[in-house]
Amino acid sequence: MPQHIALKDPHREARIYSARTVTAIFIVLGLMAVILARYYALQITEYETYRTQSERNRVQLQPLPPKRGLIYDRNGVLLADNRPSHLLSVVVERSPDLEHTLDELRKLVPISESDLENFYDKKARRRPYEPVPLRFRLTEAERAILAVNRHRLPGVTVDAQLLRHYPHGALFSHAVGYVGRINEREAFELDASDYRGTFHVGKVGVEKFYEDTLHGDVGYQNVETNAHGRVLRVLERYDPTPGADLTLHLDIALQRTAHEALGEQRGAVVAMDPKSGGVLALVSTPGFDTNLFVNGISSADYGALRDSPDVPLFNRAVQGQYPPGSTIKPLMALAGLESGLVTPEYTVPDPGWYRLPGDSRRYRDWILKIRGTGHAPRVDLEMAVEESCDVYFYDLARRLTIDGMYEYLHPFGLGERTGIDTTNERRGVLPSTRWKRDNMNQAWYPGETLSAGIGQGYMLATPVQLAVAVTALASEGRHFSPRLVKSVDGEAVPAPELAPVAATADHWQVVQAAMREVVHGKRGSARRIAKGIEYEMAGKTGTAQVIGIAQGEIYREEEVAERHRNHGLFIAFAPYEDPTIAVAVIVENGGGSSAAYPIARRVIDTWLLGEEIAAVAATGEAG
Amino acid sequence: MGDYVRQLPGHSADLARPTGTAQRLHLDLPLLGLLLTLTTFGLVVLYSASGQDMGAVIRQGRFFLVGFMVMIVAAQISLQRFQRWGPWFYLGGIGLLVAVDVAGVGAKGAQRWLSLGGFRFQPSELMKLVVPMTVAWYLADRTLPPRFKYIMACLAIIALPAALILIQPDLGTALLIAASGLFVVFMAGLGWRYIVSAVVLACASAWPVWMYGLKDYQKQRILTLLSPESDKLGAGWNIIQSKTAIGSGGWDGKGWMKGTQSQLDFLPESHTDFIIAVLAEEWGLRGVIMLAGLYLLLLLRGFWIGLHARSTYGRLMAGSLTLTFFVYIFVNMGMVAGLLPVVGVPLPLVSAGGTSVVSLLAGFGLLMAVSTEQRMVAR
Repeated sequence: MPQHIALKDPHREARIYSARTVTAIFIVLGLMAVILARYYALQITEYETYRTQSERNRVQLQPLPPKRGLIYDRNGVLLADNRPSHLLSVVVERSPDLEHTLDELRKLVPISESDLENFYDKKARRRPYEPVPLRFRLTEAERAILAVNRHRLPGVTVDAQLLRHYPHGALFSHAVGYVGRINEREAFELDASDYRGTFHVGKVGVEKFYEDTLHGDVGYQNVETNAHGRVLRVLERYDPTPGADLTLHLDIALQRTAHEALGEQRGAVVAMDPKSGGVLALVSTPGFDTNLFVNGISSADYGALRDSPDVPLFNRAVQGQYPPGSTIKPLMALAGLESGLVTPEYTVPDPGWYRLPGDSRRYRDWILKIRGTGHAPRVDLEMAVEESCDVYFYDLARRLTIDGMYEYLHPFGLGERTGIDTTNERRGVLPSTRWKRDNMNQAWYPGETLSAGIGQGYMLATPVQLAVAVTALASEGRHFSPRLVKSVDGEAVPAPELAPVAATADHWQVVQAAMREVVHGKRGSARRIAKGIEYEMAGKTGTAQVIGIAQGEIYREEEVAERHRNHGLFIAFAPYEDPTIAVAVIVENGGGSSAAYPIARRVIDTWLLGEEIAAVAATGEAG
Repeated sequence: MGDYVRQLPGHSADLARPTGTAQRLHLDLPLLGLLLTLTTFGLVVLYSASGQDMGAVIRQGRFFLVGFMVMIVAAQISLQRFQRWGPWFYLGGIGLLVAVDVAGVGAKGAQRWLSLGGFRFQPSELMKLVVPMTVAWYLADRTLPPRFKYIMACLAIIALPAALILIQPDLGTALLIAASGLFVVFMAGLGWRYIVSAVVLACASAWPVWMYGLKDYQKQRILTLLSPESDKLGAGWNIIQSKTAIGSGGWDGKGWMKGTQSQLDFLPESHTDFIIAVLAEEWGLRGVIMLAGLYLLLLLRGFWIGLHARSTYGRLMAGSLTLTFFVYIFVNMGMVAGLLPVVGVPLPLVSAGGTSVVSLLAGFGLLMAVSTEQRMVAR
C-alpha cells in the first residue's frame, strides 16, 4: 500500500501496537525481576546481616555536637566562650506516659511555657530514641532533685553540655551579637545533619554572620544500648570538628572607653583602623546582657527590652540612620575642589543666611541665632570647614546640584551598605533626583539641594558609614569594607578594599588641613577638646535636626523636650600626620556636637596613649 | 493469530454480551476485583504501618471510597468524550500550573499546592492523566507510526507541563509526567532509531545536567543513594533503615504488627512512601511477591484491554496508563530497597495519601471506559 501511505491503516497500526505491547510486557517483567531480585538479595541472601542489625537496632547513632569556636578581642581577651552546663531532656520512646512524666517534672523543677513549646517543636522533628531537650542550665540543686526522683521519671536524662557564655555582658552586645535556641524557621534552613545535637545558633552580629565558621562539623558515635537505653559500649566514633576561633579587631579597652563615655546617653561609636579597615570599637548604647538570650529569654525580660523607649536591641552603629549634618562638609569641600567650583582662595559673602535666586525664603546659618550675623563678611573653604559655615555650603550645593553631590559623595560609601561583617546593616540615603523620583515619585526642589548640602533633609547615614567615610578622608581616598573579624583560627582575614575615592593629593591636603583647624584652630568648632591634647587630630562636628523648624522660628535647645533635641555628631582621625584611628560618634538628642566630640577624644586618647590592657582584661573577666 | 481473531466481527460480542450490573455500570470486573483486593491489602498494611492507628485507616478508606466513585463516574464517560476533552483539560492544567508557580503554597521548599478555599490541591497530579490524554488525542488521528514532525509536536506537549513542574521544583513528578506522555508515543510505534538516539543523547548530556542542572538537594539524593553511609545522620538514614527493615523480614516476615523497625519508629515515612518496607519486614519476601503478583495481574489486564481496544485513542491510553502505573511501582519499590534515588513517589494504592489514590483510580476509570468501548462497538 505504498500509494496510500498518508492514510490511516488500522491493520498496520494494530500490528505495531501489538508488537509494542509485547515489548512493554517484556520490559515490565524484566524490571520486575530486577526489583524482586533486589528484595531476594536483601531478604534471603543478606538476611542474617540485616536480622542482626535490626535486633541490635538498639544500636544507636548519637550525634556529637561540635564545640563552638571562641571569640577573642585583638589582645586575646575572651569575648565569647563555652561553659559546661547541664541539660534536662526526655527520650520520648522510653517515657510511656509522656504527659504524666512532664507533669511530674514540672513539680520538681521550674519549666516555662517557652521551654515546653520548644520541647514539643523539637519532639515533632526528632529521630527515634533521640533525647529531646526540655530545660537548659540546671542548677546544682535541680540536678540533685532529679537524681533522687530518677526512678519515677522514665526516659528523663540529664546530660552535660557546653553552653555559650559572654563574660562581658552588655559591653559587646552589639559588636559580637549572641546565640539563641534554634527556632522553627532556622531549623528548616539549617543543614539538619550538621545541627543534630546542637541546640543553639547565632542570631545576630558576628555570631550570626560567622555561623558556619563558628559552628564546626558534627561527629557521631554508634553506641550499643540495652533495652533500657543505657549505653553498653561505643562501637565506632567519629569525632566532631570544633568550630574555628575568631579574633576580632575590637580592642576591649577602646570598647570600654567608648561605652563609658557614652554612659547613659543613647548613641553609637564606631572606631576603625584606616590602614586595614578593621573595626577597633563598635558600641551602641544602651546595650543589653546577651547571656539572657542564650537559653531563651523570659517573656518579661524580652518585653522590657523590646518595649523600652531606648530600644536597646537596636544596633545604632549599623542600623541607626541619622542625618549626617555638618559632618559631610569635608566631603562637600573636596567635591567643590574636585569639580573646580571652588578653590582654596574662593570666598562666599556670609550675612548669616542664604537666598536662592528668585526665592524670598532665607536659609539660615546656625550662627545667626548666636551672633545675629554671619561668620565673616567673606568666608573661604578653610574657614567654612573650621567654623562649619552653612552659607558657604549652601552656595556650593546650589552650584554643584544634587546629582553632582551624589556623584562626588557616593564614592565615600554613602547610600550603600558598607558590607561590614555583621547583621542588619542599613544603607542610609544619599539623595538624588532619581532617588526622589523612584522612592517618592516627586520632582526635586532646589531648596532641598541646600538642605542636602549641610547633611540635612533626606540624607541619612549610619555611624559605620560615617566611619568608613572618615577612613577615606584620613588616607586620601583609600577605604575598606569594615571588618570586625581579624583572623579565623589565626589566619588573617583581610578587609576587602573599596574602590578608592579619586581626588588629587593637593585637594585632600586642603580638606585635611581644614579638618585639623576644626580641633586646633582658634575658632574651630571643636576647639574645646584640643585642651591638653598630646597629638594632632582632624575632625568635623555635626548637628542633626530631629524636628523641623518653621521659617522665622529660632531653635532654643533648653526649651525643647529631650527627645526633640538635636543629635550631636563628630567624626575624627588621628594622629594627623599618620592616622591610625578614625572615629565616628553620634549622641542621640545630645543637643549638639559638644555632646559627641569629648567622646571621640577619650576614645582616641585610649588608642594612642594606651591604657593598662591587662588591668582592663582582668576586671572584664570579673564583670 | 490473536490479531486475526480480534478483527472478526462478532467475536468480541460473544464475550461482551451484557451479563449483569457490572456491565451495565461499564465496569471491568477483573480490573475491579484486582483493585479491591489491592486496596484492602493496602489498608491492612497501613494499619500496622501507622502504628495501629484506626483513624489513619479510616481516612485512607475514605480516600479509596472517593477514588472508586471517581473511577465509576469516569467509566461512564465515552472515550470520544475523553478524547474531545483532553486538549481543554490540558489548557486548564497548564493554567493551574502557572498559578501554582505564581501563587502556590510552599511545602518543604517547593511550591506544589494550590489552595482553593481551604482545599489544597496539586495540579501536577492532575497532569499525570491529562498529559497522556492530550498526546493520545493528538496522535489518534494521524498516521502511525508517527512521523518526525508529529513526534516533535508531542514532545512540545509533554515538555511544557514538565518544565512548569520542574521549576516548582519537583524533579520526580516532572519526570513521571514526561514518562506518561512518552509512553503514548512509544505505544504509537515510535521508531527504534529515535529511541536509541534519545538514549545516547541522554547519556551524553548527563554530565552537563549534573554540573549545572540539578539543585543541591537533588544531587545529595543521588549521592546518598550511591553511598548512603556517607551521610548517616541525614539523608542516608532513611535508606539504611528501610534496607534493614526489608532484609530482616526474611522469607517469612516477622508477622503483622510485629516489625521492630517499623513499630519502634526507626523507619521514617513508614505509612507513606516507605510502606513497602513495613510490608517486607512483617510479611517477608512472600508478602512482597504476593504484592508484586497482584500488581502484575493488574498490569496484564491493562495490556489486555489495550490489545482489545477498538480505537487508536483507546489503545494508546490503555497502554500508556498501564506503563505509567508500572513506573510508580518500579520507582517506589526500587527506591525503598536502595536501587533508585529517593524521589518521593508513593507505592500506588498502598501508601497513605489522597491525591495519588484519586488520580490513579481516575486513570483506571478511563481504562474501564476503554474496555467498555470495546464491548459497545462489538455489540
